[in-house]
Amino acid sequence: MVELRLPKNSRVKKGKHWPAPDNKDGNRPPRTRTYRVYRWSPDDSDNPCLDTYEVDLDTCGPMVLDGLIKIKNEIDPTLTFRRSCREGVCGSCAMNVDGSNTLACTKAMDEIKGDVKIYPLPHTQVVKDLVSDLTNFYAQYASIEPWLHTDTPAPEKEWRQSEEDRAKLDGLYECVMCACCSTACPSYWWNSERYLGPAVLLQAYRWLIDSRDEAAGERLDNLEDPFRLYRCHTIMNCANTCPKGLNPAKAIAKIKKMMVAREV
Amino acid sequence: MSIRTPLARVRGLGSAKQGVRHFWHQRVTALALIPLVIWFVWALTSHVGADYQTVRAWLSAPLTTILMLFLIIACFYHMRLGVQVVIEDYIHSEPGRLALLVLNSFVAYGLGIACIFAVLKISLGS
Repeated sequence: MVELRLPKNSRVKKGKHWPAPDNKDGNRPPRTRTYRVYRWSPDDSDNPCLDTYEVDLDTCGPMVLDGLIKIKNEIDPTLTFRRSCREGVCGSCAMNVDGSNTLACTKAMDEIKGDVKIYPLPHTQVVKDLVSDLTNFYAQYASIEPWLHTDTPAPEKEWRQSEEDRAKLDGLYECVMCACCSTACPSYWWNSERYLGPAVLLQAYRWLIDSRDEAAGERLDNLEDPFRLYRCHTIMNCANTCPKGLNPAKAIAKIKKMMVAREV
Repeated sequence: MSIRTPLARVRGLGSAKQGVRHFWHQRVTALALIPLVIWFVWALTSHVGADYQTVRAWLSAPLTTILMLFLIIACFYHMRLGVQVVIEDYIHSEPGRLALLVLNSFVAYGLGIACIFAVLKISLGS
């Protein structure tokens, strides 16, 4: 059955308070922002806790990720999170900010009222602090074979595609596989071992409608499953939370339409 | 514990290669139920205060019987499909899920058959 409360050893306790270090004049910084960040370490048996950090806004960039990097560099080097490109193309810094999943690098502190509350992606195993284990997610991505499948011998130059067919990939190719949508989906929370989830299904659709691909039938065969595909109940959390503004639910609906189209 | 690669876990036993029928039938029955339920509610409310014989006569009219059977079949089939989704969503223990899915079918078809029997008994007399 579904568990509605966290297990005892996962309940979040109050953590440490880390005040902002004095600025270079030796004074307390006048403009600060409070970050409340989920902390958990596999190295001890403590429960997870919520540490509060005060970040000096006068020496910090505008994005949530800027604050986290500042905390790690200047206040608490043990804080652990993934980040790389800091411009929303790598998908590394996906986390739950202010109650919804997003990329910390493209979320501005201005957009958040009150304290900046940061948790790891929901309903994932935590590796440490804000780092979630995405092994299953990536394996699901690999299972849809996200590359071009062809039987026709490769042409001398490139596989050609008309402009109209290329346009069909818009709204799909932009996905950076950050896992914000999948980990925001209640269906994925309850059945992530069997349901592929919005991100992977959006990618599956991206290959299904690629005019150059010759394996749509096999791709549909592999998706036709009460759990892999049909756990989507159009809850739409995926579309609401996608930091790139994509609509995985719509892509899934189109896969369902393709399934019906080849039956009736 | 079992040491398997993540991909082996995800691929599992492969796809069931079914599910479209369930999806399609749920939508078709939903579509059928829109006019049928409106008709049923309208028919019931227009018989408020009517005596037993009047309602019986209405129910045994051929068109009413046909629509009632249509309603019952669409309704209980739709219910079975819907509850099945809820069970698959939330019940994760294999024996529990299997038992509930079977029970779901028995209850839905049992109730449906009982309703069909009642309507036919009234409509065909005795």
